[in-house]
Amino acid sequence: MAFSLFEKLFGGKERSGAVAKDRLKLVLMHDRTDIPAPMMEAMRRDLLAVLSKYVDIDETDLDVQLEKADGSVMLVTNIPIRRVRTEKDNEHHN
Amino acid sequence: MGNEGISLAEQLRVIVITSGKGGVGKTTTTANLGMALANMGEKVALVDADIGLRNLDLALGLENRIIYDIVDVVEGRAEVRKALIRDKRNSSLALLPAAQTRDKSAVTPEQMKTVIHSLGDEGFTFVLVDCPAGIEQGFKNAVAGANEAIVVANPEMSSVRDADRIIGLLEAEGLTSPMLIVNRIRPAMVKMGEMLAVEDVQEVLGNSVKLVGVVPDDETIVTSTNRGEPASMAEHSRAGQAFRDIARRLKGEEVPFPILDEEPTGFLSRLKKLFGG
Repeated sequence: MAFSLFEKLFGGKERSGAVAKDRLKLVLMHDRTDIPAPMMEAMRRDLLAVLSKYVDIDETDLDVQLEKADGSVMLVTNIPIRRVRTEKDNEHHN
Repeated sequence: MGNEGISLAEQLRVIVITSGKGGVGKTTTTANLGMALANMGEKVALVDADIGLRNLDLALGLENRIIYDIVDVVEGRAEVRKALIRDKRNSSLALLPAAQTRDKSAVTPEQMKTVIHSLGDEGFTFVLVDCPAGIEQGFKNAVAGANEAIVVANPEMSSVRDADRIIGLLEAEGLTSPMLIVNRIRPAMVKMGEMLAVEDVQEVLGNSVKLVGVVPDDETIVTSTNRGEPASMAEHSRAGQAFRDIARRLKGEEVPFPILDEEPTGFLSRLKKLFGG
């Protein structure tokens, strides 16, 4: 941060063109990675299906979220596992 | 006859001029590029796809000659040839006006494709479609028959944001790597760092667009629109020159981008001088 909050608020040296560019970069990153709710839900379901092949998951606490910080967007998941599936389980599954 | 129609349709370039945001200069761009291309010997049809909010006729000064419109063509009351208004200044330029008393639902994307196809049969080499603002039905109609797209953006945040959204929607319609026109640039403000530069706009929009023109904010656009004479007809209009350059680039010519200098009559620069800036 080259400019303090004070400078930003009270007309410091940063030109408005540069401010606009920085704000745009951030907002476009958000716009481009905005996942519509139905797609998020479908992704959650698919993730659950794939992971369930290997581990027994506590579905109620499965959490899938987009986390947006400066400069990057991450898909963050919290997946509570009850236990790992054995080969026996999988045979049974098939 | 049939074969001829097909071969003409194949070389027909259909370019939709779009932006997402309203008021950034789509209609002005359509009128100016149309006139410039016609003056370069192309046969150009301009289609006003903004049904219910007819405006392209005004930019061209053809508002008093409208008898039939695009909805009349779609609904079979008039042949496309009958609805087209030939420009008296250059007979290779023609306008297919929008209906003023209907809404976007009066035309479907399929019908738009049919209309554009019939323009190809009329011997046009370029069709420029003036797209309405927004991302709904009107946008879908306007892009339906297009094989190329121009995105017009102003160097201003909301316009660039909407342009980014439109670029995504164009890709979804199969119109990948659209052309970009940055309109209403004010070189003096850019120089002071108080306006997004063309390079900034390009950088944030990324490689998915290719810059095809930079048009300065120019009072001659106001006066020429007042008169219904596209600025690209006026030799000394800076914006008109920019539009003529774009027309040449559309035809594949390598035209260097001139370095825009300060506008001599810019209000802000005068104001700044007044306050000792």
